[in-house]
Amino acid sequence: MNNKIEVEHLTKIFGSKPEEGLKQLEEGKSKDEILENTGMTVGVKEASFSVKEGEIFVIMGLSGSGKSTLIRLVNRLIDPTAGRVMIDGEDLTTMDNQTLLETRRAKLGMVFQKFGLFPFRTILNNVEYGLEIQGVPKEEREQEARKAIDDVGLKGYEKQYPSQLSGGMQQRVGLARALANDTDILLMDEAFSALDPLIRQEMQDELIDLQEKLNKTVLFITHDLDEALKLGDRIAIMKDGEIVQVGTAEEILDNPANDYVSSFVKDVDRSKVLEASNVMKIPEVTASFRDGPRMAIRKMKESNMSSIFVTGKNKHLMGLLTIDDAIHVHQNNESMETVLKNDFPRTAPDTQLKDLIAVASDAKYPITVVEDGKLLGLISRASILSGLVFGQEQETEHEEVHA
Amino acid sequence: MSDFYFPLEEWTNSFVNEWLLPTMGDFFDQVSDILGLFVDGVTDGLIFIPTIILTLIVAGLSLWLSGKGLAVFTIIGAIYLVSVDLWPEAMQTMAIVIVATLLSIIIGVPIGILSSKNETIYKIVRPVLDFMQTLPSFVYLIPAILLFGLGGVPAVMSTFIFATPPAVRMTNLGIRQVPEDMVEASRAFGSTPWQLLFKVELPMALQTIMAGINQTIMLALSMAVIASMIGAPGLGSVVLSGISNVNVGLGLTGGLGIVVLAIIVDRLTQGIGEKL
Repeated sequence: MNNKIEVEHLTKIFGSKPEEGLKQLEEGKSKDEILENTGMTVGVKEASFSVKEGEIFVIMGLSGSGKSTLIRLVNRLIDPTAGRVMIDGEDLTTMDNQTLLETRRAKLGMVFQKFGLFPFRTILNNVEYGLEIQGVPKEEREQEARKAIDDVGLKGYEKQYPSQLSGGMQQRVGLARALANDTDILLMDEAFSALDPLIRQEMQDELIDLQEKLNKTVLFITHDLDEALKLGDRIAIMKDGEIVQVGTAEEILDNPANDYVSSFVKDVDRSKVLEASNVMKIPEVTASFRDGPRMAIRKMKESNMSSIFVTGKNKHLMGLLTIDDAIHVHQNNESMETVLKNDFPRTAPDTQLKDLIAVASDAKYPITVVEDGKLLGLISRASILSGLVFGQEQETEHEEVHA
Repeated sequence: MSDFYFPLEEWTNSFVNEWLLPTMGDFFDQVSDILGLFVDGVTDGLIFIPTIILTLIVAGLSLWLSGKGLAVFTIIGAIYLVSVDLWPEAMQTMAIVIVATLLSIIIGVPIGILSSKNETIYKIVRPVLDFMQTLPSFVYLIPAILLFGLGGVPAVMSTFIFATPPAVRMTNLGIRQVPEDMVEASRAFGSTPWQLLFKVELPMALQTIMAGINQTIMLALSMAVIASMIGAPGLGSVVLSGISNVNVGLGLTGGLGIVVLAIIVDRLTQGIGEKL
């Protein structure tokens, strides 16, 4: 496959005399030393990587690692001090202004952390901005914009203004604006970081879908390792302006290049082994088989549920009773045993959470956590997702409750 | 007193009399002629429109831009101006304000844009603006007479100098305040600097710029009154003759007329700013 983006020894030094900083950098001085000696800040240091066509390439780093500077060097929103950026084999760093504009228009879409939408323009007008500045006739660009709005699932919102939309929807507009230009490359600068966790997951899934459908080359910046592992075909980890490791998720998890990377990976492992018992909730209401259908109906009515789990001796799980069936057996004086359903998912308490995602999205009822026939707890889809996102924090909360 | 004397007065006078007037005199005469035609045209136009129609137009604008209150006030104010027989004077004052404000906008807004884009320009412009705003407004009147003679034209010029700073300052501020992510978004999609300015920065800065223009108009109104001292026709000259004849009644009549104009113009331009 072709390389869409090639970055070679890219360096950015901020300050009034970058040449001096560059000289010291070549002499092997560190970022801190250069700051002390010259007052220049090294934003990005000798970064090299390439992004293949159709790949999602994630650059992951904490704040101050230079990742936002790096992505802005790729479309020259910031001019590099040294090094090259090749887009489809053309050197962006030596282009004259006109060619640079044309390259941005034709090849480089961008999505921003804070959305960067224009508040005085409608959603439709925001999305068609990229085409408007290229002089595309109104009808044609509206058509393209509507298609992009449709692609991100915002049909019907064309006439609204950004302030009328939620954060997640605003970022869909940001994405649509980048898609409307129909560029091969999408630059995404912490595109989902400002969204709340569940919306973020949803957007990640959609990005993966869109990428498969449209075969875009995506350069994605994030500070969230889970996001990086989920999205990235390959991942580059940045620290202090340097790329410390590039590889697939597995390569990075199995073979961390240095202590810095392995300290991240340790955190991942912990959240990866989060088990069913960590996120399950103890069922608040269950019906006892001995009490019969009348009691079960009353409990369902009181807690506003349409079905209830029925347990026998020692919390032994016998099945699920729906309200319709309960009324039926109560009126006809039949035995409850004949109508108990058993088509709900069961799992052991030590099942890994990531293995439950598929089960949860298919199931009509909550997942039951069962050990030796005993009902220990219930897991909903939401608690799996939040468990994956907040894994660590929820564990500590749990401990606090016990203490 | 010290023996040292700084001959700023003599230098300035010889600069103006021996160099500026002989070499640039023709140029100033031409500017004076063109501006004079312009001021007279606007004055004639305002006076030519029947009082009732002009009042209804402004009242309609008031209703649309501000509300019922201002519309009623506009009508009452017009009745007042007509009943004290000061309508033509009010229109003369407005003509000077309109021409001076247009000049301030045409020259001030582009300077504001330039100083928001270029730190060097901003560093030069800022002290000039401070100077323009702190120098007592009467001081502008003297060179205005020398260069443009007496009447409406020097009034417009001194008003323009006095009223331009807010237009420059607020344009500069408004453009600097445009959020960085919007500027980046515009650039990332391949906007030219002009497209960035006209499609993103100016629309975003419009409310701030309008607040500056509102200030410019208010300053212009106050200066147009002071400029009556160099023979500018209008409500200011009514007040001035009230002062020189110690005629309290005449002074109050003209002064109230200025207040009426000021309130209407201020609320109207604020209304435009809020509508945007």
